[in-house]
Amino acid sequence: MNRAQRYHNMGYVYLIPWIVGFLVFQLFPLGYSLVLSFYKYPLLGEPTFVGVRNYVKMFTTDPNFMQSVRVTFLYVVLVVPTKIIFALMVALLSNMSVRGVGLFRMLFYLPSIFGSSVAISILWRSMFLKRGLVNSLLSLLGVPAFPWLTSTSLALPVVASLQVWQFGSSMVIFLAGLKQIPTDYYDSARIDGANPWQMLLRVTLPLLTPMIFFNVVMQTILAFQDFTAPFIVTNRGGPLHATYVLGIHIYNHAFTYFNMGYGSGLSWMLFLVIMFFTALIFRSSRRWVHYES
Amino acid sequence: MKVDRNLSARVEATVHGFITGLKTAFGPGNRVSLISYSVLVVVLIVQIYPLLWLLGSSFKPTQEIFGSVSIIPREFTVRGYIRGWLGIGNYVFGRYIYNTLLMVLPTIAGSMASSAVVAFGFARFNFRGRRLLFALMISTLMLPNTVLIVPRYLLFRMLGWLDTYWTFIVPAWTASYPFFIFLMVQFYRGLPRELDESARIDGCNSFQVLSRIIVPLSRAAILACGLFQFVWRWNDFFNVLVYINSVEKYPVALALRLTIDVGANVQWNNVIAMSVVAIVPPALMYAFTQRYFVEGVATTGLKG
Repeated sequence: MNRAQRYHNMGYVYLIPWIVGFLVFQLFPLGYSLVLSFYKYPLLGEPTFVGVRNYVKMFTTDPNFMQSVRVTFLYVVLVVPTKIIFALMVALLSNMSVRGVGLFRMLFYLPSIFGSSVAISILWRSMFLKRGLVNSLLSLLGVPAFPWLTSTSLALPVVASLQVWQFGSSMVIFLAGLKQIPTDYYDSARIDGANPWQMLLRVTLPLLTPMIFFNVVMQTILAFQDFTAPFIVTNRGGPLHATYVLGIHIYNHAFTYFNMGYGSGLSWMLFLVIMFFTALIFRSSRRWVHYES
Repeated sequence: MKVDRNLSARVEATVHGFITGLKTAFGPGNRVSLISYSVLVVVLIVQIYPLLWLLGSSFKPTQEIFGSVSIIPREFTVRGYIRGWLGIGNYVFGRYIYNTLLMVLPTIAGSMASSAVVAFGFARFNFRGRRLLFALMISTLMLPNTVLIVPRYLLFRMLGWLDTYWTFIVPAWTASYPFFIFLMVQFYRGLPRELDESARIDGCNSFQVLSRIIVPLSRAAILACGLFQFVWRWNDFFNVLVYINSVEKYPVALALRLTIDVGANVQWNNVIAMSVVAIVPPALMYAFTQRYFVEGVATTGLKG
């Protein structure tokens, strides 16, 4: 072995922390939860093998599973496109070269710093109460009050709006992408007589597709797992399970009823759903994501 | 002080830019930019108004919080702060802040150190299996936390770590937050390899290359990791809800949840005052370091 090769093999040493962490805190839990999903395992009892009975139970005797799947899908569909269109729109608008737009961007990102923390979820809950800020604003416009948090059709959009409000990090990614588009593309489009609208559709958007793709993937994965907002804003997924996302269902079974086997089965189900949709987005990306050669 | 002046210069530039923007917007043939300006201002109001309302409401008595759209309290009171600070779960609120820091600071340190080291291994060495390991690391970025939490809970229970902060600290020191490795790898790739080569010719071993050349040049990126981790751990609710269960060890997120989990009898002015207390640390951190956040998101997002 020559000296250079010996130097490069030192690379393994630097990876040791990650290899340990990967095996202990990622690979092992992933495999262990798959195994557990075939067991009945009350935390204080012994695990007993039950085959696929946990998975059968989801679709037959668990009354809330299908509801939570429905709510989760609806939630993802409400959150992801709205958030990304919003982020894209604001990024395009604030990409104008006007001085001071920097502070705008800084403030647009501010809600993302607070994330869907408990404090912000509390803010959302208080805003949408019967006499909360939103209804007070509406009454100024002469609009009657809505029962935001107690209506089964309005509660989920309210929770979703909290996510959309945090479009900041997607926006920053779009802005970084916009900065990378060479200005001579626009110059030559202008020479060819393109109007601003055509430039947006033919130059900007195609060149932004890699960022759109990245944002769609990441936001979809996150939205499927969302927990804090529906847990706090609408008090554990209420009213009448209208915001009862899969995350809450998993939490209830694993950490309220302490059914570790069934909880693992549910979380693997969520994992499979996420993998399926991520794969779908990846597959479709060949058609619409434009990579510069 | 320096940051202060920066901020006021920015505000000035914004006001100035705003006025020039309006002038050009109202000038002839500029309808597009007038519309874009108005849209941006509306979005800005939607982003900031709820936060200001929260701040204002924290100084209102409960009956004034509801039914009012005003940010400025009619009757100014700090009772919410006093009662909220003293009255949650037999401890003063400062205890929960202390707990959060006790949990978050070693976690931040672990993430910064471990990802700086591991990313060095990925970015600067050619060894067999590197591509495969890197791909594995990247794929764990997409691994949902929800699927890991049940077995991790059982693992921590077996190790006797439940209800301790080790559940966060140990994974951080073993680089189990792949986002930060990724961020650091992206950053290291932008540093010329010639730096390593010449240091090696001068007789540095690989650890000296890392500690004397790479780390000093990467302070900004390492700091960005720390800031992200601070904000994420500070805001995290799901994991602490699962792992931490005695009130004396509660971080801020769980203490806040206690205040609202009391049925119909929510003391809104206490709750809102403590919510303000809970968002002040991340807000301050952002105000002073926002450039690192924005650059951090942009670097990782871009090349992903």
